[in-house]
Amino acid sequence: MKNPTKAERKSERELVISRTFDAPSHIVFEAWTNPKLLKLWWAPKSMGMSLVTCDIDLRAGGSYRFEFGKGSSVSMAFFGKYLEVTPPSRLVWTNEESDGGSVTTLTFEEQAGKTQLVMHELYPSKEALDATLAGMEGGMAETLAQLDELLLTLSP
Amino acid sequence: MVQYSQTSFDASFAALSDATRRGVLEQLGRADASITDLAEKFHMTLTGMKKHVGVLEQAGLVTTEKVGRVRTCKLGLRRLEEEAAWIERYRQLWSARFDELDKVIEKLKWK
Repeated sequence: MKNPTKAERKSERELVISRTFDAPSHIVFEAWTNPKLLKLWWAPKSMGMSLVTCDIDLRAGGSYRFEFGKGSSVSMAFFGKYLEVTPPSRLVWTNEESDGGSVTTLTFEEQAGKTQLVMHELYPSKEALDATLAGMEGGMAETLAQLDELLLTLSP
Repeated sequence: MVQYSQTSFDASFAALSDATRRGVLEQLGRADASITDLAEKFHMTLTGMKKHVGVLEQAGLVTTEKVGRVRTCKLGLRRLEEEAAWIERYRQLWSARFDELDKVIEKLKWK
């Protein structure tokens, strides 16, 4: 049985995602901070992409850069800085892809061998969070446009 | 306890917790109406109805527009539904990621 993922807009500027993992917090923390392990799960197969680059300088002030791609072409990059690194309980980073990027706080709370993970995203404004959510739709539109292109090349 | 600013969903639930306000939504589902119409229908003072409409408006459930001296109310549900759909899509993305993360964690546990 998979544990459910919850997503909730806590306020005009905050989005919270939470889920429980059936493992101690040091293991979950490791999977979030070791590039080799992140590559295994960050780009779900359903997205049809993989994480081609995953650079992590794991310390307060250190940078990270994740690049998604299909094959060797990069189509999306996520980057920013770690503000706080406290294994195995807390990780805070900035998202600097756009001016409206959030500050993400990840907390790992262990209880009876399980870890409650809470991902808290604080956006600079209501508009920035609205735009991110609306962008989810934009992402879909982009995927469909790509499919259109692919279908064009396939048609005789 | 610290009182965080209310979420849009909390605001919606609070708005829906009142029988008069649910009645107003039902009424607006049938047809747009002015605050005066609504006050009459629900046997309330204009001020009382303005307050209820204000709560509904805050929650994004109702929109109002003043034309001349009349303020007309209509359902504003669409915005809320859109936002819920966006959040659901974001949730699905993370849910897919976390299901993969489960597999990674299972392997690490047996190391």
